[in-house]
Amino acid sequence: MQFMLLFSRQGKLRLQKWYVPLSDKEKKKITRELVQTVLARKPKMCCFLEWRDLKIVYKRYASLYFCCAIEDQDNELITLEIIHRYVELLDKYFGSVCELDIIFNFEKAYFILDEFLLGGEAQETSKKNVLKAIEQADLLQEASVCLHAGFPPSVLSESFLCSLDIAGVFRRVKLD
Amino acid sequence: MPAVSKGDGMRGLAVFISDIRNCKSKEAEIKRINKELANIRSKFKGDKALDGYSKKKYVCKLLFIFLLGHDIDFGHMEAVNLLSSNKYTEKQIGYLFISVLVNSNSELIRLINNAIKNDLASRNPTFMCLALHCIANVGSREMAEAFAGEIPRILVAGDTMDSVKQSAALCLLRLYKTSPDLVLMGEWTSRVVHLLNDQHMGVVTAAISLITCLSQKNPEEFKTCVSLAVSRLSRIVSSASTDLQDYTYYFVPAPWLSCKLLRLLQCYPPPEDGAVKGRLVECLETILNKAQEPPKSKKVQHSNAKNAILFEAISLIIHYDSEPNLLVRACNQLGQFLQHRETNLRYLALESMCTLASSEFSHEAVKTHIETVISALKTERDVSVRQRAADLLYAMCDRSNAKQIVAEMLSYLETADYSIREEMVLKVAILAEKYAVDYSWYVDTILNLIRIAGDYVSEEVWYRVIQIVINRDDVQGYAAKTVFEALQAPACHENMVKVGGYILGEFGNLIAGDPRSSPLIQFNLLHSKFHLCSVPTRALLLSAYIKFINLFPETKSTIQEVLRSDSQIRNSDVELQQRAVEYLKLSSIASTDVLATVLEEMPPFPERESSILAKLKKKKGPGAVSTELEEGKRDGGELNGGAERGVDAAAAIASNASTPSPSADLLGLRSAPPVGSAAPSASSLLVDVFSEAGPTAPSGVMDDNFLRFVCKNNGVLFENQLLQIGIKSEYRQNLGRMYLFYGNKTSVQFVSFSTSVSCPGELQSELNIQAKQVEPQVEGGAQVQQVINIECLADFLEAPLLNIKFRYGGALQNITLKLPVTINKFFQPTEMSSQDFFQRWKQLNLPQQEAQKIFKAKNAMDSEVLKAKLLGLGTALLENVDPNPENFVCAGVIQTKAQQVGCLLRLEPNAQAQMYRLTLRSSKDTVSRRLCELLSEQF
Repeated sequence: MQFMLLFSRQGKLRLQKWYVPLSDKEKKKITRELVQTVLARKPKMCCFLEWRDLKIVYKRYASLYFCCAIEDQDNELITLEIIHRYVELLDKYFGSVCELDIIFNFEKAYFILDEFLLGGEAQETSKKNVLKAIEQADLLQEASVCLHAGFPPSVLSESFLCSLDIAGVFRRVKLD
Repeated sequence: MPAVSKGDGMRGLAVFISDIRNCKSKEAEIKRINKELANIRSKFKGDKALDGYSKKKYVCKLLFIFLLGHDIDFGHMEAVNLLSSNKYTEKQIGYLFISVLVNSNSELIRLINNAIKNDLASRNPTFMCLALHCIANVGSREMAEAFAGEIPRILVAGDTMDSVKQSAALCLLRLYKTSPDLVLMGEWTSRVVHLLNDQHMGVVTAAISLITCLSQKNPEEFKTCVSLAVSRLSRIVSSASTDLQDYTYYFVPAPWLSCKLLRLLQCYPPPEDGAVKGRLVECLETILNKAQEPPKSKKVQHSNAKNAILFEAISLIIHYDSEPNLLVRACNQLGQFLQHRETNLRYLALESMCTLASSEFSHEAVKTHIETVISALKTERDVSVRQRAADLLYAMCDRSNAKQIVAEMLSYLETADYSIREEMVLKVAILAEKYAVDYSWYVDTILNLIRIAGDYVSEEVWYRVIQIVINRDDVQGYAAKTVFEALQAPACHENMVKVGGYILGEFGNLIAGDPRSSPLIQFNLLHSKFHLCSVPTRALLLSAYIKFINLFPETKSTIQEVLRSDSQIRNSDVELQQRAVEYLKLSSIASTDVLATVLEEMPPFPERESSILAKLKKKKGPGAVSTELEEGKRDGGELNGGAERGVDAAAAIASNASTPSPSADLLGLRSAPPVGSAAPSASSLLVDVFSEAGPTAPSGVMDDNFLRFVCKNNGVLFENQLLQIGIKSEYRQNLGRMYLFYGNKTSVQFVSFSTSVSCPGELQSELNIQAKQVEPQVEGGAQVQQVINIECLADFLEAPLLNIKFRYGGALQNITLKLPVTINKFFQPTEMSSQDFFQRWKQLNLPQQEAQKIFKAKNAMDSEVLKAKLLGLGTALLENVDPNPENFVCAGVIQTKAQQVGCLLRLEPNAQAQMYRLTLRSSKDTVSRRLCELLSEQF
């Protein structure tokens, strides 16, 4: 995998992970082009597309797009499930994860990703083992603080995995 | 309700993030950020030492600001300080900041490396993992230098924790990708391979990515991984869905590991050991069988994971390309997916079938799905799926279905998405040419193409139709008739006018017998389009008119009238004006005989690979979509520029020649007119089509002996009554030295003796040549020596030119020769085993990587002579590789400064037929073609 981007339906970048050396300028250019391309696609279109000499695999969970760029010989379907496993990990860690969790705890999202993928390859695919590693690290930390309880519910707080119910997602889209 | 965050919170950070989110405008956001940056800066600069928590909080804020898209130019030092904190969370934030924000050439890298070194040595697995993650995330050369030696040790040490091993394996992979020269596996190889047997599935999952990458580069050293991978795969495939506990994903056992194992096996040919191979075939069959079983879950994750393995297995089957049974089963499976309700599966099935179509075993099976694919092209709602369908139709096309496929693609083109039209046009043009049984069909197809999608028809396409019409006299009459009809349309595309103008100018006489297309009607039809066209097209039409005057004397007065009109002869465009003036003059002063010679029909073009194919290959290359247009434009420019250069060079030589071409003055079309076959039409446009063949040897250059030096380095390059030139040369890697010996055969001194070596056109950037000066006098009977140093920068096609000038008895002598520097001179021979040879041969399987020629023997077919020639070529002659002992196979690497190009060669003599078949494969298409061209003249 060459990079992974998480961005919102409004095109705001929420997380970026680059596994190939690129300048900041190139990264920004790629992000801009790709966000535009993916957002322009209609629902129900297939999750894969050719882009430059890469294959893009993306999937939308509630308000957030998860988007991976892989190389020619890489497997699209297994990449789609990499995305899903990452969502599951976030969900398990945060408990019904939503976009706000990733905004306010971006560093945690990075830590979980590093335990799961390293150098663009799956490092540990067992959900239990990844979470064990993260929880061990958390044990080393000070007391936990409640962060954003009390924010008004919005699309951002829509849980990703609940929205796997496709119809729900579309209802949401229309409401907005 | 929003979730509650776990772990360590930073109140200040959360408040800052909320503030940013509450900003109503971009300006407000920037204001808030600047305020925060000022605050952090003052804290970092302040006298009071910050505690770890505050440092962590501020560094994290900076990170957040950076991720919002703003530049951050401070805080690095504080982040580095955090690395040496003994509080885990502080260390972790420090590492995150470094991973995201420190680029490789930062001067901080030494400090960072120090902190990493300490953590790696700490024996605390959590710290070690953090350090390894950081190395993997940054992956710079400096880090490789510092840690590439240490990490393999951590990876294979008996007492390393599993999680650390996993990080170490992938960390090493990243370093290997950035700096392969620094990661030396050597002694560790076998222990790394044996990680495939590790009890911990996570360790295997991580290690296999490393092993796959290393195997691609050093297949021989890692080949023991094949049997290990097969047995691991077999255990997973045959396990029940619950056996692997947490490594089972939605009832699919270890899907990621299975895919990676299948991917690793694709680095190797089928296992030679029968037992291993049997086991593997069994696995593949089981995977295919499972696809037919009812799903264990309705969740899409289940079917995705299962099908991911299936597609990877099919890739392996295609890679082996040796099990007809499996290939056909794979094809049937993909056929089912073609009609699946999941768009993703339809997309992947189309993509995967494209590769199946090129296997001889499954090509026919793929063809049976033609109707489904055509309907996909028509009905799929997603353009990326339609694109795949078009690709597959192109791949499955052969003589039997070409007409149907071309017709479908043409009708699709009428409504096709703009983004894929140009590529579709190229594909149709290629198929039409490749499978044309009768050329009238070809002409119809291309003209249809111009009619339907004229804007997307690039110059290559219409050049090509003209080349083909000119080279095939059986289609010329039909072509003339068809363009004539096409031009009747009230609005036709300018490309149609170009083709029409050119073809009627050459072959209008073939239809002039019909009163409906009499010469005058033809002319009026062309001229009715004239005013709507751009300058280059008008220029082309003017050339067509002068050709009309030659073909049909009865049109002369009408056309002269047109040329004489103010709008032509006083046209503000210099090119048009010049043509009008010159053609008018030419038509009035030249006799019919002269006209007939000057405006003779174009000679056939040399047969060569379609330039359209080259264009498609380029399009498919890594070029970004957005730059495609610019590239096209630039290329167009170069093509014209190149043509001009070619003509100028020819002109220069002609004017330098001691006996100027007699036609030069007569033509008077240019101050220094080109000579040879390009002369008659002197219009740069017509010449374009012609000179697109690449700079052919300009007349005046002698190259009789050039080919004799392909397989040898020493000999006599040139000899006439006055002068003899001998050559001695030696080459090493991408460098060469050539000694030229000029011998004065007369008893009189040569004066003003000078030589120069030039690299025409593109060669300038491909060869670097330095020639030492020679003395300006050569005494009678004496010999002078000149040393030439050659550096090969990139692979090249043309030869440098050597020009020699001197005076002998008052007369100026001027000789231009091709210097025998050919691409094969930079060969480095490569010895390899039979297995290696065929494996590499198979890897170079793209059609453009191969060049092949079948030709008649020019000399006796003596195997010793052949061997000597092949050795002279510079390659290694490989014994006992080809199963047929009559055949010769060779291998070598061409060394250029820019890259190395591996080449494989096979020469198959057929003594009965007195023929040879020569096949070359290399990683670069131009190299294969050039070598094939050079070598086919040698035997």
